[in-house]
Amino acid sequence: MTESTIRWEKDADNIVTLILDDPNQSANTMNEAYTRSMHEVVERLEKEKADTAGVIITSAKSTFFAGGDLRDLIKVTKEDAAKMAEGGRILKGDLRKLETLGIPVVAALNGTALGGGLEIALACHRRIALNNPTAQFGLPEVSLGLLPGAGGVVRTVRMLGVQNALMNVLLQGQRMKADKAQKVGLIDEIVDTPEEMIAKAKEWIKANPKSQQPFDVKGYKIPGGTPSVPSFAMNLPAFPANLRKQIKGANYPAPRNIMSAAVESTQVDVDNAFAIEERYFIDLVTGQVAKNMTTAFFFNLQAINAGASRPKDVPKFKAEKVGILGAGMMGAGIAYVTARSGAVAVLKDISKENAEKGKAYSEALLDKQIKRGKMTEEKKQEILGRIIATDDAKDFDGVDFVIEAVFESTELKHKVFQEIEDVVKPDAVLGSNTSSLPITNLAKGVKRQKDFIGIHFFSPVDKMPLVEIICGEETGPEALAKCYDYVQQIKKTPIVVNDSRGFFTTRVIGTFANEGIAMLGEGLNAQSIEQAAMQAGYPVGTLNLIDEINMETALRIGKAARDDAKAEGKEPMPEHPAEKVMKKMVEDLGRPGKAQGKGFYDYPEGGKKTLWPGLKDAFGGDKGIPFEDMKERLMFVEAIEAVKCFEEGVIESVADANIGSIFGIGFPAWSGGVIQYINQYEGGLKGFVARARELAGKYGERFEPPALLVEKADKGEIFK
Amino acid sequence: MTEAYIYDAIRTPRGRGKKDGSLHTVKPISLVVGLIEEIKTRFPNMDPAMVDDIVMGIVSPLGDQGGVLPKIAALRAGLPETVSGLQVNRFCASGLEAVNLAAQKVGSGMEDVVLAGGVESMSRVPMGSDGTPWAMDPDTNYETGFIPQGIGADLIATIEGFSRRDVDEYAAESQARAANAWDKGYFSKSVVPVKDMNGLTVLDRDEHVRAGTTADKLAGLNPSFAMMGEMGGFDAVALQKYHWVEAIDHVHTPGNSSGIVDGATLMLVGNKAAGEKIGAKPRGRIVATAVSGADPTIMLTGPAPASRKVLARAGMKVEDIDLFEINEAFASVAMRYMKDMGISHDITNVNGGAIAMGHPLGATGAMIVGTVLDELERRDKKFGLCTLCVGAGMGIATIVERL
Repeated sequence: MTESTIRWEKDADNIVTLILDDPNQSANTMNEAYTRSMHEVVERLEKEKADTAGVIITSAKSTFFAGGDLRDLIKVTKEDAAKMAEGGRILKGDLRKLETLGIPVVAALNGTALGGGLEIALACHRRIALNNPTAQFGLPEVSLGLLPGAGGVVRTVRMLGVQNALMNVLLQGQRMKADKAQKVGLIDEIVDTPEEMIAKAKEWIKANPKSQQPFDVKGYKIPGGTPSVPSFAMNLPAFPANLRKQIKGANYPAPRNIMSAAVESTQVDVDNAFAIEERYFIDLVTGQVAKNMTTAFFFNLQAINAGASRPKDVPKFKAEKVGILGAGMMGAGIAYVTARSGAVAVLKDISKENAEKGKAYSEALLDKQIKRGKMTEEKKQEILGRIIATDDAKDFDGVDFVIEAVFESTELKHKVFQEIEDVVKPDAVLGSNTSSLPITNLAKGVKRQKDFIGIHFFSPVDKMPLVEIICGEETGPEALAKCYDYVQQIKKTPIVVNDSRGFFTTRVIGTFANEGIAMLGEGLNAQSIEQAAMQAGYPVGTLNLIDEINMETALRIGKAARDDAKAEGKEPMPEHPAEKVMKKMVEDLGRPGKAQGKGFYDYPEGGKKTLWPGLKDAFGGDKGIPFEDMKERLMFVEAIEAVKCFEEGVIESVADANIGSIFGIGFPAWSGGVIQYINQYEGGLKGFVARARELAGKYGERFEPPALLVEKADKGEIFK
Repeated sequence: MTEAYIYDAIRTPRGRGKKDGSLHTVKPISLVVGLIEEIKTRFPNMDPAMVDDIVMGIVSPLGDQGGVLPKIAALRAGLPETVSGLQVNRFCASGLEAVNLAAQKVGSGMEDVVLAGGVESMSRVPMGSDGTPWAMDPDTNYETGFIPQGIGADLIATIEGFSRRDVDEYAAESQARAANAWDKGYFSKSVVPVKDMNGLTVLDRDEHVRAGTTADKLAGLNPSFAMMGEMGGFDAVALQKYHWVEAIDHVHTPGNSSGIVDGATLMLVGNKAAGEKIGAKPRGRIVATAVSGADPTIMLTGPAPASRKVLARAGMKVEDIDLFEINEAFASVAMRYMKDMGISHDITNVNGGAIAMGHPLGATGAMIVGTVLDELERRDKKFGLCTLCVGAGMGIATIVERL
């Protein structure tokens, strides 16, 4: 018998404090030891009820309780369903017993209570939280493809009502600070010190000697109604429809199960509601999508946050003064996120006016936040005070990190680096925010090539969570480590790749855009092509995307790649069928994209964009192929390109590839990322290879599986 | 197989299905009892004990319409206690399903005389009152792509290219035909005025008909399903399935959709021997019946597959049918049906339809059998085909022969 994860303390007033304190982990999780410990504790409480005035549940860790143990959960299969159901019954049964003992139970939330942690707290009669700025509250299971299966759905629905629970807590999995959680109704009271927290808890226990949950009080009505209430029933049919609309028809079983469990739970009593919740939970946890999302958003992200691709020996770096070359859209965004991180951002452009315009971007963003009540005027001035708009290279004095964000031209980039390289600190990182130009070549324009590195931001910088770090041939470990640290300093997620035209993300997303355009060229329906992308799980359709990028730009990049290949004496890539379509759009039809107000879409002034009706005359649109093929062509072509990147050493980490594809270029999140998509494909890698060959036979050689993939499939391996 | 004959088909007039509708004060059971009384009057030689069963379509069988109303109506009408009752629900096809079931009961030789029909007091028991997992169970709703039928009708119009003008013109024509039929007394044989307990007439005419309406007038009405489609997320659901359609053109309004009304209908179905006993001459014969289905999301395209099925079962061709009755749930449904079947409006819904006269959900299917029988007699024609689009994508069709 191992130690208990719950300590029992009883004071002179007969108040029992249960201290969650797993002796084997730095955080408490809902593992087997917890389940057993809670069972023992509840049994004892039941026995000693007469001598117990009340119960306080708190934690000895820096957080309250971390939730389910994902290392356990990712392993469960359909065969474990019966065991899971039994485990769930016991776990929920004990918490149910606790809340129905007839004695007051208070959760004293000293820190973060997410997922299972909050679910324990919800089984208490009162939740008092410490005003801890790092503490987060919520039920974020949906973001891992799961649902709160320890009573979280049942209790939030009963407490808050179906609609509020779904919208404010369950479907988006919002992580909230204490004050927000209080507003939503998850927390009753916020206090400033741990002593006050316990004192308030005891006070409440004394004032409420016979506590029960509000929803256990006879006559309780769930706020907002249930399906048997006509006013609620009237709107209910639109719930699933709006959900489908929101997730664009993509493969996300978790929100569907959450909504189903929420609604169904209101039609039965609490214990039966738990059984329903459990079924929907087991369906998710044993399914593939939860495993994909847990792989990416928990394990992969954890590895990246821990610095998996960062050289270990280099000491931690904090950028103090960041010099940004070019105050266009990207430069302005980089200045904003830099200033927010506490560093000074020197924003330089050819004229002071341009630089000021770039700074004004930050001001506009901050004003917007003030309007939404998320920023104060004082804080805004402080942040803006850290942005120095200039046209003078001398202001780069003392800069320890340079990010160049000028027009995509090797000559220009060389020139702007030369202007500042002797002004900045002698060991300053020299970073270039290029999205496609080879770093090794750019590095040749500076003296310190080992400090030169690619730091590829995504647009809009303030919103996009990813930064792609590109090592050139000469880039040293210090530059990489510092770059990694800077990216984390601005609270973004870094992935590390090696030099190649388009690096990793641009290269992979290019295949996606091209595939959609190629389908149009084959005579497939334009709207179906857009729907295929959305229903596969992409945020936008391919035609929409290329309109944003602009077809002139896309053609220019394609041409540059071919010219360079020729110059290097390599065989140029064969022309992609998409290029023919784009040439026709640009050269014959004069419709290069959104910037010109006409591309694949029409952009009526002040109206919603609509597909250009002329596409039918230009490309047909009556041909049909299976819709599933359309969806899979988009995902396969990207996955195959990602494997080629592994073959060529452009990327080395599966975690980086997965996270990079989801955070940077909108690869469907349900799949767990571009490599996890291959790993999880039905039939494993063998199944993926077979399907790739089938697609190659039907739609072109580009679907032919690369050697590395075939080799791994033959060996029965997956990408690790 | 035994032949199933129709000895008579009667109906109430249809009252507006609102609080200000004339039949709102009349209980659904009273509508049915009134029709049973009329059958007794019309067939004085029929021993009521001959009736094996009363089968009626009721789409929302709860409250005033709940608890097997046909049996309770039989009791209230003073029929012998041996007469049984059955409520059936196949959404909008319930009335025709009741007729088909009666034909199958008689045709199989298991029963001799069945009263078949339907009732719906939509002013008293609103549409949708009974709930359904299709709409109300999130899991089912989500997985099957539920959308309200009006959006399905708009989707049909979008796909077929029926413009707002097209559907309004269809609707105006339906109104004109119904008004004409009423003026000329084409319905006089079958419409039985609703009277109160003192013998005072409550309603003797379909009150939903708007004689003299025009497509221009109808053009002023707001679309019924645009807001619901956008705010309710239903357009998105439909477009995910119909992925080649960019946007739904919401053309349907209260003016070109079936009217919400109160009404009931009853038909006397029996075998040959029963007719001889009663001393009645059969007016028609039920030749064949069929149910089928199509995509549930667009929902309303089932009539054509059901019609093809029933024609095949009867060994007949489209050209063999003299008159078609397609329930005008929405203008686009009837228009699409004519297109699917390659038939002319000249032989379809010749006396108007539910856009003009209304669609008492449980009753309409049986009502249109009576309507086509009347018209076949008037025109001295032989075969009629009745069909309806049905919730969840079902379709139903029945061929009758006028004798």
